[in-house]
Parts: sequence; C-alpha cells; structure tokens
Amino acid sequence: MHDLSHRRGWGFWLQLGFTLLVCALLTVPMAMSMLAGLTANYFVGLKSGLTLRWVEEVLRVYSGTILLSLQIAVACLACTLVLGVPAAYALARRPGRIARLVEEMLMMPVAIPGLATALALIVTYGGVGDLRGSWLFILIGHVLFTLPFMVRAVLAVMGSIDLTTLEEGAASLGAGFLRRFATVVLPNCRSGILAGSLMVLTLSVGEFNLTWLLHTPLTKTLPVGLADSYASLRIEIGSAYTLVFFLMIVPSLILMQGLSRRGRPSV
Amino acid sequence: MPDSVMPDSAIQNSFHLDAVPIRLERCGKTFAGGARALEPLDLTIRGGETVVFLGPSGCGKTTTLRIIAGLESPDPGGRVLFGEEDVTALPIERRNVGMVFQSYALFPNMTVAENVAYGLKVRKIARADRGRRVEEMLDLMHLGEFAGRRIDQLSGGQRQRVALARALVVRPRVLLLDEPLTALDAKLRDSLRLEIDRLLRGLGITAVYVTHDQGEAMALGDRIVVMAKGRVAQVGTPREIYYQPADGFVADFIGTMNRLGGMARGGMLSIGSATLPWTGPEGAVELLVRPEDLALAGEADGHLGGTVAAAVFLGDRTRLVVEPTDGPALTVDAAGRSELGRGDRVWLRVDPARVLAVP
Repeated sequence: MHDLSHRRGWGFWLQLGFTLLVCALLTVPMAMSMLAGLTANYFVGLKSGLTLRWVEEVLRVYSGTILLSLQIAVACLACTLVLGVPAAYALARRPGRIARLVEEMLMMPVAIPGLATALALIVTYGGVGDLRGSWLFILIGHVLFTLPFMVRAVLAVMGSIDLTTLEEGAASLGAGFLRRFATVVLPNCRSGILAGSLMVLTLSVGEFNLTWLLHTPLTKTLPVGLADSYASLRIEIGSAYTLVFFLMIVPSLILMQGLSRRGRPSV
Repeated sequence: MPDSVMPDSAIQNSFHLDAVPIRLERCGKTFAGGARALEPLDLTIRGGETVVFLGPSGCGKTTTLRIIAGLESPDPGGRVLFGEEDVTALPIERRNVGMVFQSYALFPNMTVAENVAYGLKVRKIARADRGRRVEEMLDLMHLGEFAGRRIDQLSGGQRQRVALARALVVRPRVLLLDEPLTALDAKLRDSLRLEIDRLLRGLGITAVYVTHDQGEAMALGDRIVVMAKGRVAQVGTPREIYYQPADGFVADFIGTMNRLGGMARGGMLSIGSATLPWTGPEGAVELLVRPEDLALAGEADGHLGGTVAAAVFLGDRTRLVVEPTDGPALTVDAAGRSELGRGDRVWLRVDPARVLAVP
C-alpha cells in the first residue's frame, strides 16, 4: 500500500497555503480587534503593555446592555420554543400545500432586510401604549426574526423520524395527545430543539439591524452599544466590548457545532 | 432458532386474556377527495379467533384494520363493536387494543424495558407491579437480556418481538398486527411467524392480522378474508380459500392455479382426448386445478398430452411447466426425483373430484 502522505505534490502545498491564507484573512482582524481591547494604548502598540482596564470599563459602563441582551435572548428563546415547536409539529403532521405555504411565509422575516421589518413594526405598533419604549418591542422583533430558525431546525428532525407512526404506537398503548407530545414527540425531537435553541440565542444576542431601529436610549442591547462605542469612544473600549461579545457568543457556537455533528437521530 | 419456541403452558400461566368478539357493521371508508378505499363491510370476528386480511396493496385491508384500531373512523352509518360495546366513537387510545406495526413504531428515546413499560405507565400501574409484568413479558419473548438496550442496538426480529411484548403486556382486548413481518428477511420471517402463531394460540386473544403474503395468511389465520379493490372477495378457512376459491381472483391470488378449458354435456366432461363422469355445471366450463392435483400418467391412462417446457428442481418436488397440445401452459408437481426435462413428452391425469368449474 502506498502511503500518500509521503507523495504530496505541489498541488497539496498550494491548497494548504491558500486555505491558511483565507483563514488568516478571516481570523487576523478578529484577533487584532481582541488584542486591541487588551492593549494599554492602541496607537503606541503592544509595547505600551497589556491591560484589563478597557474590559473593566466596558463592564462598568455597558453592563446594562449586556444584561438586557441576555434577558432578551432568553425571553426570545422562551417565545420561539412556545411558538416554534408546536408550529413545526403542525407543519410536520399536515403535509399539504397550505402547510408548505405557511412554511415559506415563516421564512419571510429572514429574507426581508431587518431595517424594513423594524420600520413596519414601528409604523404598525409604535403607537400602542408604552410598547415603543419597552424592551418588549425589541423582543417582538427578535422573535419575528429568529422564529423561522427554530421552526426549520425542529421541522428537519421531525421530517427524519416517522412521527405519525410513533404517535400511533403511543396512542395504541393508551396515551392521549398531551402525553404523546410530552413523552414521545418532544424527546425524539430533542436534537432539533437544542440546535434551534442555540441558534436563536446566538442570533438574538448578535442581532443589530432590527434592534438598531427598535431600541431607545433606555433599551440599548449589546450590539447597539457596540456601535455606539465604536462611533464615539476610544477604539480600545470598542475592541474590549467586541472581546466581551466574543466570550458570550463563541461557547454557544461551539456547542451548536458539536450538536449538529452528534445530534442526528440514530433511528 | 430452537429457543424461540416457548411452551404453551408458559404463555397461559402468565396471562389470561378475555376473548372479545369484534363486529363490523357496514364499515366503509371514503377518503377526502372521494376515493373509496373500502366498500361497506359486514364481518364478525369470533372471540379468540385469528382473522387474516389478505390482498394486494390498495385492496382496503389496512384501512379495515385501522378502522378496527380506531385510527380511522368508518363512513357515517358504519359501526365497530367490541363484544357488546359500541366503540365507533372512541379514539384508539381508549379502545384498549394492542397494535404491532410494520415499521415497529418503537420509541427510540427509550430502552427496551421502558418501551414495554410505556402502556403500563399510561395505565398508572404501580411501579413494583409494572416492573414485574415487564420482566415477565420480556422473558416470555426471550428478550430478558436486552432489557437495558437502546432500540437502535437491536436487530429487526428483536425489534418486532419488543413491539409484540409492548402491545401484549397491557392485556389488550384485541391484538392488531399490520404486516408485522414484511420488513424482515425471509429466514427471520419464518421463525417469528412460528412465534406469533404460538403466542396467538397460547393467549387465546382475538387477533386481526394484515398481510399481502399468502403463506403467512395460510399459516396464521383461523379464517382468511381475501380482499380486492376495497371489497371482500371471500371469507373462509385457509382450506376453503385454497380448495374452493370463490372466484378467479382468489384462485389466482392464493397459490398456483391452472386453468383448463372443458365441455360438459349430459353428465360427461370432455377434456383433451378424455371424457370423464361429471356432476358439475353443463356447457363450456373453465376448470381450475392445483398443480398437485394434476398427476403424471402413461399414454394409456392419461387425459391430456403435452410437452415439458421447463422443469424446476425444488428438492422435495420438481415443478414442471407443461404445454398441452392446445390451451395455456399448465404447472404440474412431479416427484423430486423425477428425471423429466425440457422437451419430454408427458401425459396428465385429471381427477374430476379435485377440479373446480367456473361456468
């Protein structure tokens, strides 16, 4: 048997070089930005020393935005679970033309620019009570934007198992609808629900387009604050802010990757 | 697989199941869009009886089973009765039926033992009692060692045994089986069929079995309901269905059937060169004969002459295809050691008592 690793030609090295170049293109700016957040004076450079001062400053000034972002993300997740999982179930159990139409409609907020959706929300609901000034207004936007991702993720798993027959099996053993849903449908869709949940959390925490129009000075989220700080403060603070954002988002991204590799239904 | 055969006494000791009769009254089914899946059907299944619905796909057999199960409701006017109770309006979860599916329908999120315990949990059986009954049932199905396994760690045959255990452990009023062996390979199919047979006899439960496989139907059914195009073609014991098919469809669907042209006049029947005493209908008749009822004979006592077109050695017998001087080819079973081959000239004898006439 030939060991191919000993016979790498110039093509291999060319491909490796290109891949590394692309990786560098993507990661170097992020690394630079994070490093800037830890540098005492960006314009002097690394020789000015490393510091956590900017990170502390961000946490002091912007902790409100971070907490609000987390609050909205969790609330958004709750809403998409309550709305999205039953919606996916209904779509999975009724494979008709109307169901497909509804599925397409659900994808609309993803296809339409966030700014347009936000404007539509403001025009329609901006005058309803205190909604415009409330964080709930941002939540509505986020739910609208993230719901399709939850529905899609759950629907994909539901489509890969024979849900109808599983449910008929449970029903033949005496289980009513709610019990079937809780003990057979939900557990067997767990991987899809988990993947959808992480997706919703990540998207909600990082959402800027909609949020930028929907927020008020009292309801700033992390990405909005980030834009502010880049626009009006020292570059080190904006960079430190980015660092904080990365620390929040990267673990959930890694988890999501792991799930999508492992979470395929085995039966 | 000798360990798959369990003593009947073991089955009878573990369970006592009431044998509930099932009655279908004018049960038809028209699906949305107007497609008629089932013409109105009347049928009584006796308590403890195994009835097999047999027919090609789309004949309405599965629809009938699903109406009995409560997964479909019959068209207005139709009624389903379990004993004296009218269950037409009850959904499946309130009919107390056991159901076994072609695709097993086992819950992948549960172990073997949890799958079997599911129906008992739903019925709020106390934990200790539940554990005992699950264990008993798993032992009965030779699944004891698999109790803690996940479903995807089992073979097809094991999965279907788990499905049977899960359906039976709740002591259902009737057991419904929807093509339970179709997804299995041939060898497994035979051994599991024997197991199901012993189980059904041992438990004395009323069972409805749906299949498109005539071998399964003959082996398992006390009675067979042959269906075609949404209608019942014939109801009868396996012997009746085999030897006295009600029509040409049933005759062709079950086993192999030869067709011979004949002329009956004045108590005599002319086939080929022979004239035989005859008590059947008069005039031109089509005669149906099983391959095993056509005997090889010499030129002197034979009724029909022909040439062997093909000979297939099957071990216990040799199946010949004989082309008579006129008329369609005939299938004939000869002894396994028969040396006959392609091109040989043969003579066949017909026993008028074993011939069925279709006017």
